[in-house]
Amino acid sequence: MSELLSAQDLSCYFRLAGAWGRGPVLKAVDGVSFDLMPGETLGLVGESGCGKSTLGRLALALLPPTRGRIVFAGEDLARVSRQRLKELRRQIQIIFQDPYSSLNPRMTVGQILEEPFVIHNLGGRKERRVWVEELLTEVGLTPDVADRYPHEFSGGQRQRLGIARALALKPRLIVADEPVSALDVSIQAQILNLLAELQQRHGLTYLFISHDLGVISQISNRVAVMYAGRLLEMAERSVLAAGRLHPYTEALLAAVPRPTPERTFNPPALKGEPPSPVNVPPGCPFHPRCPEAQLPLCRESVPLLRKLRKTAPDHWVACHFR
Amino acid sequence: MSYQANNLAVKPDAAPLLEVRDLTVNFDVARGQVRAVAGVSFDLAPGETLGLVGESGCGKTVTALSILRLLQSPPAAVTGVIRFQGEDLTRCPETRMRQIRGDRIAMVFQEPMTALNPVLTIGEQVAEALRLHRGLSHPEAWIEAGAALARVGFPDASHRLGQYPHQLSGGLRQRALMAMALACDPELLIADEPTTALDVTIQAQILALLARLKAELGLAVLFITHNLGIVAQTADRVAVMYAGLMVEQAPTAELFRHPGHPYTVGLLNSVPRLDFSHPPGEILSAIAGHLPAEPPSGCLFRDRCPLARDRCREEPPGVEVSPGHLVRCWNYV
Repeated sequence: MSELLSAQDLSCYFRLAGAWGRGPVLKAVDGVSFDLMPGETLGLVGESGCGKSTLGRLALALLPPTRGRIVFAGEDLARVSRQRLKELRRQIQIIFQDPYSSLNPRMTVGQILEEPFVIHNLGGRKERRVWVEELLTEVGLTPDVADRYPHEFSGGQRQRLGIARALALKPRLIVADEPVSALDVSIQAQILNLLAELQQRHGLTYLFISHDLGVISQISNRVAVMYAGRLLEMAERSVLAAGRLHPYTEALLAAVPRPTPERTFNPPALKGEPPSPVNVPPGCPFHPRCPEAQLPLCRESVPLLRKLRKTAPDHWVACHFR
Repeated sequence: MSYQANNLAVKPDAAPLLEVRDLTVNFDVARGQVRAVAGVSFDLAPGETLGLVGESGCGKTVTALSILRLLQSPPAAVTGVIRFQGEDLTRCPETRMRQIRGDRIAMVFQEPMTALNPVLTIGEQVAEALRLHRGLSHPEAWIEAGAALARVGFPDASHRLGQYPHQLSGGLRQRALMAMALACDPELLIADEPTTALDVTIQAQILALLARLKAELGLAVLFITHNLGIVAQTADRVAVMYAGLMVEQAPTAELFRHPGHPYTVGLLNSVPRLDFSHPPGEILSAIAGHLPAEPPSGCLFRDRCPLARDRCREEPPGVEVSPGHLVRCWNYV
């Protein structure tokens, strides 16, 4: 089976405005490579500002890569014609984080869900109305809400609307950018269940972006850990359950307080904070905070993301000592 | 053993530092009244940490703000008794309240950027409490502020006194807020989601700091959070709120081992397990529905509750199911 989405040495830099014209370069995504297989969920985890949302936007061709390629089903999204890109975009959809700002408050639910069909010139008015009702049922809402406005819905219901809109064009790939972060834990569980059911029913592929390792653990087949614009680790979930991991991944896992009071919470103190993407440390970007860093090696040479073994389970890591 | 309907409170052995009885907060709105807190009662012993958990809109923050009398009235109407070191805070004059606030009871807020004043330096903001409550002069307070920042692990504290909030990262802003709150050595700290806006590694730093300060200063903490993991790791006792009502209260280990109220059970089951050992996309046993705008009569949780029966149309009593473990549910009567 060949990959549905492939990032090859993908980079995205922004030039900031400085006081005297051109400012420093912000490396939001720096040399990221991964493959996404049809039907799987790749969980992309990292702290704020690590570049995970930029990576999601690159996958949707909403941003052009500075370097490298993003290939969807064999086609380089930066090189296809505008006409072809529009066709391909039917197959790649996004679910946003904030269900309040991602739905137009002046449009009814029916209009919001109909818009993808209008843009892509699909169906007549009656047909679309039927499709909208089907979408609402699919995400666990009743068809009679089509004439209501977003403000009449709770956060969880709005996120269901966001999911319905993403499903409208029957996509193959969905980029879910922190889809449950704004929700309370009981509603979060409902939405995670819905996403899992939809994936089963439609054979969807997810690029699932989250800062919450619990959520990532709930839904992902594979997990990619991002830090300062780079992938530090990518592994199947069985590796994360038992394997020896990148020091950063280990620190992230240890830093999460678990709802089990028997388990003592004593995370290794990670000193300092994630670096600014304008000023990424040389060598391994994590070395200033890493408990296992050995100088000068970690400061001077960038560890490449390499495959640890040829056989399953799949495990890639960017560390000199793994 | 059954408690009277509106007194879901545990009596710890030590004389409580804070006693809250039948706290009720109503807000006047255009369409009448909204009940944000409905008869909440609890005690907090000196040096104890009580975790107050619940989802958005359940009344956790309103409970905290009414303890400090920070709710504007009207629209808020607060009734009940809040006794701090034996003194009823609901009755004392505003001048007295000003002496208590920031000195005996301090608060740390969720969003460190909005809680700090953007046009004052960190030093001025920390020193202000010391000048007002300790009567220190400006230079004395400035020196003390440096010490307060150093105590919360501010790197290069004396140098950073002159910096403005926008020059600090989120983690350092939260530390600055902690320094402000703890400058006058209070007995009670109210922490309202103090780590929610932070990344998980920074959150771990702040939680470790809070644990250290608690041990050093003998602080009692009212820790408000929606994160059950944080509660499990920081609190001595936990109180669970739903729709303005305290539905369960128990020692932490007891609550997580034997959750009593169906809402608590649902909440615990909704938390994704972080061990990667289950199949991906495994269905979580979530709570059905969502918090209604108008909760039903009787048990407020009954239209989402898998165990609801006819009896739940009436208001359930608080029942002590084991020592110090109180559940407001008909299933235990």
